[in-house]
Amino acid sequence: MAEPSTREPLPLLPFAALVAGAALTVASHTLWLPFWVDVAAAALLFWRVFVSIRGGALPARWLLLLLTFAGAIGVFFSYRTIMGRDPGVTLLVLLLFLKLLETRARRDVFVVAFLVYFVALANFFYSQSIPIAGLMLLTVFVTTTALVGFSAPQRPAVDDLKTAGRMLAQAGPVMLLLFFLFPRVQGPLWGMPQDAYSGVTGLSETMSPGSISSLSLSDAIAFRVKFEKEAPPRARLYWRGPVMPDFDGLTWRVGLPQLRRNMSVEAAGSPVDYEVTLEPHNRNWMFALEMPTRIPPAARLTSDYLVISLTPIRSRIRYEMRSSPQFQAASGGNPEDLALALRLPRGFNPRAQALASEWRESLADNPAIVRRAIEFFRGSRFEYTLEPPALGRNSVDEFLFDTKQGFCEHFASSFVFLMRAAGVPARVVTGYQGGDTNPVDGYMVVRQADAHAWAEVWLAGGGWTRVDPTAAAVPIRVELGITATAPGGASLPLLMRTNLGWLKGLRNNWEALTNQWNQWVLGYNPDRQREMLSWLGVRQPSWQTMTVMLFWSVAGVLLLTALWLLRGFRRGDSVQRAWLRFCDKLARKDLARARAEGPLDYASRIARALPAREDSVRAIAALYVDQRYGPDPDARSIARLKHLVREFGP
Amino acid sequence: MKLERVLQYSQAYNFFQWVFGKHAPEPGVVFLGQRRVYILPTRHGLSFGVAVILMLIGSINYNLSLGYVLTFLLAGLGIVSILHTFRNLAHLYVSAGRVAPVFAGDTAQFELVFENKSDFDRHSLDLACRGTQVRCDAPARRHRSVALPVKTGKRGWLQLERVTVDTRFPLGLMRAWSYVQPDMRALVYPRPDTAPLPLAHSDADTGDAVPAGAGTDDFAGLRPYQASDSPRHIAWKASARSEFLLTKLFAGRTASELWFDWEQLPAGMHTEARLSRLARWVMLAEERGLHYGLKLPGGTVPLGEGFPHRERCLKELALYHG
Repeated sequence: MAEPSTREPLPLLPFAALVAGAALTVASHTLWLPFWVDVAAAALLFWRVFVSIRGGALPARWLLLLLTFAGAIGVFFSYRTIMGRDPGVTLLVLLLFLKLLETRARRDVFVVAFLVYFVALANFFYSQSIPIAGLMLLTVFVTTTALVGFSAPQRPAVDDLKTAGRMLAQAGPVMLLLFFLFPRVQGPLWGMPQDAYSGVTGLSETMSPGSISSLSLSDAIAFRVKFEKEAPPRARLYWRGPVMPDFDGLTWRVGLPQLRRNMSVEAAGSPVDYEVTLEPHNRNWMFALEMPTRIPPAARLTSDYLVISLTPIRSRIRYEMRSSPQFQAASGGNPEDLALALRLPRGFNPRAQALASEWRESLADNPAIVRRAIEFFRGSRFEYTLEPPALGRNSVDEFLFDTKQGFCEHFASSFVFLMRAAGVPARVVTGYQGGDTNPVDGYMVVRQADAHAWAEVWLAGGGWTRVDPTAAAVPIRVELGITATAPGGASLPLLMRTNLGWLKGLRNNWEALTNQWNQWVLGYNPDRQREMLSWLGVRQPSWQTMTVMLFWSVAGVLLLTALWLLRGFRRGDSVQRAWLRFCDKLARKDLARARAEGPLDYASRIARALPAREDSVRAIAALYVDQRYGPDPDARSIARLKHLVREFGP
Repeated sequence: MKLERVLQYSQAYNFFQWVFGKHAPEPGVVFLGQRRVYILPTRHGLSFGVAVILMLIGSINYNLSLGYVLTFLLAGLGIVSILHTFRNLAHLYVSAGRVAPVFAGDTAQFELVFENKSDFDRHSLDLACRGTQVRCDAPARRHRSVALPVKTGKRGWLQLERVTVDTRFPLGLMRAWSYVQPDMRALVYPRPDTAPLPLAHSDADTGDAVPAGAGTDDFAGLRPYQASDSPRHIAWKASARSEFLLTKLFAGRTASELWFDWEQLPAGMHTEARLSRLARWVMLAEERGLHYGLKLPGGTVPLGEGFPHRERCLKELALYHG
């Protein structure tokens, strides 16, 4: 009823645990927070620790108010706003440490603990990886220990740790049930701040020299693929992304996506079924193996055979696809598209234009021109490099005839330029090429480093036909992957170099684990939930059935937990019960204890009556007296007493 | 009658009885069974609930799977803490211990004995009664006694009022409590006033108290000083030579006899004032090692000395019915 006095000094050890919890929860935020916030947070933390250790007064309220105000202004100057996700989290972090500096009584302790929980949640805006999850579990554990410590200040800290650990272990099953059965709603519930999806990497809507090679430095995972049967050979693994028909002399751009009905692909050969788990990239496109023949229900197919989602992909999604690696894409050839695929800006790359005109005049038809161009790429000695020399205004000319060093975007861009100059409709296609199968779980992993650009030409009769000039010039890129093309892998990400076998094994295991994590923990969405429930035999899971299931299962788990926790009740005074049982056994042999007879006297009398049993009788009486009246009852002696009584037969 | 017995199994009914029913003291050992342990969230527990709901909304809005995990883990922690807090209080045995008599206005220390027969420790049990509060622990399979200070007012028997035993262990989010009222009473003596001791065989209540010990001149020897000795009797010269303070003993003192008579007090004196005066005299007489007796309208305590005699006199005064 009456609150413990607010002036009670805070016990030191639980307070240290609280401070440790605050430091842990902020630890991973320091990586992205503005530098001055890191410094300010550290300073406030040291100030509080200093006051705790050396004594002295905490700052006055007006000073804290002033600091809070200054922090808010600082946040405003860093972000030019105080609304939004990042400024919000920054303010929360500052508030946490300011509150710590104001923590005098138990009431404040709870406020700090709740702030710690909020900041822990905010961690997941930036990363939901396994290490972060582990760090946050540790944070909750430490903070819970602090709360336990505050409610029983005289206890040894080890006991607080044990209690906190036990409680978290018992909360685990409830958490799992809630996680799997709580009716899931697809967010967002309201508009998200503008900056909610910043910092995701992936292909962009434009391609200029250097844009894809910058991606190839990242071994971040773009998507994972699970093939139903065997995966197609590597040279066929062209994951189609944004198609870029629009060229201004320097940069290629995507056109407006046009949805058409009756887009069809004539499949030749057997189709491939697979499931893609796509990492969020904040764009609409969904990657599919060329060419998609069946797309997910919520997706659409554009006129340039790109599968798009109706909303930008902002969380990891999973979809099933069917594609035909051998195909004829004849239905995308409407006149506007073909006209766009021939457009060239005037006044660029005269030498390439001259070469193209020469082909046009000397060769009979479009397929011959394409073949000639492929031969050209194969014959000239092009060098495939991640660090090509810088190019000027006539980038295609310089690349084709002077530097001859480039990356896939140079090859694709030059090839399409030559085709258009020769009058063959052509366009650039970006996407990913290849992918590594993780032997641990069989998922194929496609990374940002696998980003690629190739060309597509329109051939009457054949439709849109893929031509990969990079494959012609540097066949090894497509056959063996990017790692094979860069000798020594000097500029490749560390984990993509081939000569580190053990590292690769480690990475495979880790990524397989991460994939399971993504599939089951992070990817558990309303769809997965429905899948799981129907697998459990719930036909049409509505939120009502889920609520009922949740209620009863949580009640059941809590009942079991309660029985486990309260089992100590029934065992109460086991010493006395063992003794009474011993007396009962003797009473049946007419050796009942007299009312006024003490245990040791009784034992002596029995020992005289039953000389054969003397040892065990005296041992039982001694243990009973020791455990019941002695200063330190211990579990081992009680167990021994019980055992002796059980074995005893007069 | 039968309904009553069925209803006894309902916690709400028991709670209702405790709040609005008659509070009779319970003799013997009080067992805090499931049905008399109540549990509700504390203010912090309610804030914790609000925080968890906010976190859930955040997780839904941002589609944070790990946000759900964290939120549900905390929710589970809160739910499990209900069981832990309940377990920390239920199935304790409370019995009445000793309580020493005190003078009116002083604080009586009611000793309550907690017996924990379970296999686990109980922590941070708060006892509250009439605005005072003490905290104790009850380790597994042990007795633990705790003194509950209660301020006294009037003389006579002071019955221990309903005591609230509550606990917030382990997280402070939940509060389990129970009401106990062991049959326990403290004897409260009348508060002595500040009057000096009357002269022996005299009804005068004025004058210096020093001559009251009639034989102050018959020096009988020395003994070590005790806290109750009058500073006038300290043998300063002898003490200076000795390691201890020494008190002079006078043969005449033991011989003196005093009767404290209700009737000899001034006629206008109020009953309580008389009792206070008599209590004061009893205290002083005992302090000086005199032989004294008490005459009250209701009865008489014969001449005597020593601690039990003093207690008997004071009890007579405490329970005096005019």
